Amino acid sequence: MLEIKNLYVRVEGKEILRGLDLKVNAGEVHAIMGPNGSGKSTLANVLAGRSDYEITNGSITYQEKDLTEMSPEIRACEGIFLAFQYPVEIPGVNNIYMLKAALNAIRTYQGKSKLDAIEFLNLVREKLKLVRMKEDLLNRSVNEGFSGGEKKRNEIFQMAVLEPRLAILDETDSGLDIDALKIVAEGVNSLRSRDRAIILVTHYQRLLNYIVPDQVHVLSEGRIVKSGHRELALKLEEKGYEWVKQEADAA
Amino acid sequence: MTSTAVEYYLSAFTQQKGKFIAPWFSDQRRAALDSFQQNGFPALRQENWKYTDVRSITKRNFILTEKGNGSVPKNQINSIRFNELDCHELIFINGHFSSKNSRIGNLPDGVILESLVIACDIHPDMLQKHLGNNANYTIGAFTALNTAFLHDGAMVYIPDDTVLEKPICIFYLSTETKHSFITHPRNLLILGRNAQATVIESYIGIENADYFTNSVTEAVIRAGAKLEHYKIQQESEQSYHIGNFMAQQEKDSRLESHSVSLGGKLVRNDITSNLAQPGASVTLNGLYMARHRQHVDNHTLINHLEPHTKSEEYYRGVLDDHARGVFNGKVIVHENAQKTDAQQSNANLLLSDNAEADTKPELEIYADDVKCSHGATVGQLDKQMLFYLRSRAIEEDKARSLLTYAFAEDVINRIKFVPIRKRLEDLVIGRLPDAALIREFAA
Repeated sequence: MLEIKNLYVRVEGKEILRGLDLKVNAGEVHAIMGPNGSGKSTLANVLAGRSDYEITNGSITYQEKDLTEMSPEIRACEGIFLAFQYPVEIPGVNNIYMLKAALNAIRTYQGKSKLDAIEFLNLVREKLKLVRMKEDLLNRSVNEGFSGGEKKRNEIFQMAVLEPRLAILDETDSGLDIDALKIVAEGVNSLRSRDRAIILVTHYQRLLNYIVPDQVHVLSEGRIVKSGHRELALKLEEKGYEWVKQEADAA
Repeated sequence: MTSTAVEYYLSAFTQQKGKFIAPWFSDQRRAALDSFQQNGFPALRQENWKYTDVRSITKRNFILTEKGNGSVPKNQINSIRFNELDCHELIFINGHFSSKNSRIGNLPDGVILESLVIACDIHPDMLQKHLGNNANYTIGAFTALNTAFLHDGAMVYIPDDTVLEKPICIFYLSTETKHSFITHPRNLLILGRNAQATVIESYIGIENADYFTNSVTEAVIRAGAKLEHYKIQQESEQSYHIGNFMAQQEKDSRLESHSVSLGGKLVRNDITSNLAQPGASVTLNGLYMARHRQHVDNHTLINHLEPHTKSEEYYRGVLDDHARGVFNGKVIVHENAQKTDAQQSNANLLLSDNAEADTKPELEIYADDVKCSHGATVGQLDKQMLFYLRSRAIEEDKARSLLTYAFAEDVINRIKFVPIRKRLEDLVIGRLPDAALIREFAA
């Protein structure tokens, strides 16, 4: 589904990703771990199409298409969803209308009919239950005045409604208490399916207790330096990131 | 030395002399004209006019219009009305009152709502007593010209303890005529003690109409009275608009002013509020949206003259293409005005690299126990917000429109009166691309 080859990305003149390779197949859940500043969030944002991140080398192929040629909105229509690490507050833009506009834009692009008000409302109610989000948050401005946990839940709620093919969760677990973490994990797990892929960007392995990944990758200084299974995450928690770095440097 | 531009108005005055209404007003006219002759038009070197060059107005020879000049089809008149709002309507066409199009409903005892020309006949004493008291022609050429050439406008008088339930809508409609013309609309609003009224001044120009509106509104708000004042400026994009609104506020009176400026090639809106007695309060809200080569300048002056007076000011500007917006908000807290509370904020959104905003908050404080704050910003659409919306499948142009609307709506949302808020929402949305999408969001 997604293949990244030898990716170099520059942010504000600084090279953050330096020859990153990653392959994600449909049906898989990949966890990207790594110390602060290793380029995890850059990777997530590049996949969603942030324009101030400059790709200087390499390729990103998504469903046999060149992802780098697509605008962020086309990527969303093609089924990519980024759950932001810091969801921005947008005063004056209604949460639920944004979601409706988003869903209908995606459906139209994919050749499906738009949902009418009642169909949409039913879908929304169903997904709200999944993330146990309060209904009154829907009619507020996007993320405005939401607590940290509410913002993260709102991201997962949007993801549940939009049903992306490739979901990228950028440190969705950070700042969540254990109950909120479980709810987020349930939301993600409910989306797991054979034709969907999920990339979890995380600093801690805690989330992986609830969402069991097929593969774990360690990102260091802009490259994936080690890949493995679930056990790798546990080892990272126990031993930190230093040994992976040393191993990579030695190699 | 008198400039050609000044000469032009002096000779127009001489020609017009025999046709002026209200003979008792001729001394004031003369005095205003003398003041104008002495001071001439404002120049860029004057602090109050440093951002707005009026030479494009003064080099033109606008003519005064006769009544009946410029015909307007019935459906055009109907399209400007507030059909969703039950209100008293006064309609002026090219500066002249149109009684056949106006609709004044039943009024409570003692309320006067007339055009100035008619009021001159039936309420001369009342007019004589109040007209010109609060519009100081010595401080500005345009107010002086309005006073010298004073012809028609609206007179509103609400007696003590009277609440006028229905809003008053005053429409100044300008049409295409053979010669470009000037009008000097003059409104007089008097609210007695504990009186209440809502007044909407709407300036509308038909597309391609070429004219200059030079309006003055003077208001007296007596003790405990409340005036809700709206100014909706939708002049044609070829036109010039200079509008002065001056309010004198007594004890515990309240003025709420909402000014929305959308049209005009060169626009200047001046608002002055004198909080002349304790407990008086004023709220000034404003939204200006300009595009192409429009220039819109907002000057406000709040005089805190006595203790326990309060002012709040909230202006926002949206500037696109080569447009230029100016905000100059002056607050003077006079020596006697202890316990003043004055808050001011101005934010500008630049949608193009060629647009410009000049914002200048001015606070002069001569009392020591006061609470004052001000803030001014000029910025572009937030990149993170744009990316967030685009990552949710909303196209870039639409995302920009949505965020622009959200920015502007913040001013409109402060209007509590629902029919007017809806109307203004609609006007603002109409100014943006992707109106249909935004309408859905605003619903």
